[in-house]
Amino acid sequence: MLEVEICNIKMRNPTMLAAGILGSTASSLNWVLRSGAGSVVTKSFGLEPNKGYANPTTVEVTGGVINAIGLSNPGVDAFIGELEKIEESNNVIASIYGSSASEFSEIASKIENLVDAVELNVSCPHAQKGCGASIGEDPKFTGEIVKAVKKTVDTPVIVKLTPNVTDIVEIALSAEKAGCDALTLINSVGPGMRIDIDSGNPILSNKFGGLSGPAVKPIALRCVFDVYDAVHVPLIGVGGITDYRDAIEFMFAGARCVQIGTAIMYKGPSIFKEVNDGINKFMNKNKYQSIEEMVGIAHKQ
Amino acid sequence: MHVPKTIEIKRIINETKTIKTFIFDWDTENILPGQFMMVWNFKDEKPMSISLIDPINNEIGISIKNVGPFTEAVHSLQNGDKLGLRGPYGRGFEIVGSKILAIGGGVGMAPISAFVSEARRMDVDIDVITAATTKDELLFMDKLKSTDITPYACTDDGSFGFCGFATEYMEKIIEDKDYDMVVTCGPEVMMKGIFDIVERLKIPAQFSLERYMKCGMGICGQCCVDDIGWRVCVEGPVFWSDEIRLISEFGKYKRDASGIKHKI
Repeated sequence: MLEVEICNIKMRNPTMLAAGILGSTASSLNWVLRSGAGSVVTKSFGLEPNKGYANPTTVEVTGGVINAIGLSNPGVDAFIGELEKIEESNNVIASIYGSSASEFSEIASKIENLVDAVELNVSCPHAQKGCGASIGEDPKFTGEIVKAVKKTVDTPVIVKLTPNVTDIVEIALSAEKAGCDALTLINSVGPGMRIDIDSGNPILSNKFGGLSGPAVKPIALRCVFDVYDAVHVPLIGVGGITDYRDAIEFMFAGARCVQIGTAIMYKGPSIFKEVNDGINKFMNKNKYQSIEEMVGIAHKQ
Repeated sequence: MHVPKTIEIKRIINETKTIKTFIFDWDTENILPGQFMMVWNFKDEKPMSISLIDPINNEIGISIKNVGPFTEAVHSLQNGDKLGLRGPYGRGFEIVGSKILAIGGGVGMAPISAFVSEARRMDVDIDVITAATTKDELLFMDKLKSTDITPYACTDDGSFGFCGFATEYMEKIIEDKDYDMVVTCGPEVMMKGIFDIVERLKIPAQFSLERYMKCGMGICGQCCVDDIGWRVCVEGPVFWSDEIRLISEFGKYKRDASGIKHKI
């Protein structure tokens, strides 16, 4: 009953690990899959190794976390070694980042045979110059990158969008027109900051970081709702999902599946089983036969 | 909880030429030996073991070895200077059995010291091997004696106590003793040697692992270990032998800030 398909990826349930949470190694991705996730998205990686920012890179705030890890990763060549160790028959999506269409394409072509899809990170709010949200804030640049990657690889291309724009629908339409197979909404919000009042210091070494967790859920939900009306490609909802009720809300807003990230801090990887069990019970109680039936219900009221 | 609390250094103890203990007022109610704190010097933040848990004075101590720019900056601080602390984090040591062998190598004696104090409070019979490269680096010798323990000291260069590695000394000591459990913290090469010994002798053991950490709160994934995927900051840093068996990278390699593997 929980099975769902999104851009040719057949998932046993609609929950996915969000990019950037765990996911730096095959071991942690396999652990999350064993814990019940329908699929997993890797931590974003680029062409070259990147240490990211100095600590502190994360700090808790009311309703979530702000982070500025800075896209730390060992680079695509080292990451290939990890992707090769992912247990077979599982669904793995590679989150990739770059600063140009050719960089995205080069990374995607190196890994396309090892993953079920690529998710383009054009939305990280604390990436180094020229990467992340600086691309995703620009509909034309976003479209160019999607077009280039689509031309290079056969594997499905998902685009993860930033909510930190005047009109997310405009960006979504540009990505769709360029040929993307699905959209993930949303990346973290902000950036925001937190200051230690005893010392006067901003807590994050980068000063600013992206806000995630329950606090961003209303924004994510609105983005999914808005974009659902405008595009035809399937949507993946992410932002503050901590239990099955949150997941159902996202489906009713128009998401076909949902990603879970920050909530792992509260509940560990067992959250995937917990959310899936909850969705299952909810569907039985309300006589839904499939996930598809629930997608977009809030638009029909 | 995952927010640093800025707090004054209450006092500083010069333990060895390279190791200092920083004492803070801190609520000790829910702290276990083997847990760690994230220490922020307003520029960088690193995980550090808790070496002292004093429930009477509500103090904790964090022993730090000067090994790089961060620890050097912390070592230059004075009483009354401030640091940011968050924690405690991770899973600590469990006190199981009535006769325990604890082994600390170098600054790895930090959590072992907290464990020994707790075990003595519970009147558990405990022997301690404290190992260092040389006499001047032996940690907590006086403190151990004050808890009526005569530590088995060993040094690589033989300048004090047994001349040789902790594993070699352990093999000698363990012959005529009947330990229920072993706990250890120190260089991973040392712990791998201890793991091989306790596996052979079928003695339950706990090991405190160290991995590069960023968030400390279980989401960044930087400290996940192969092949099992567990987070050292949440599922660890202390693991039992049966868990260590599932950590294939134990004694072999660890990852740096970007995730690249380095041999141990």
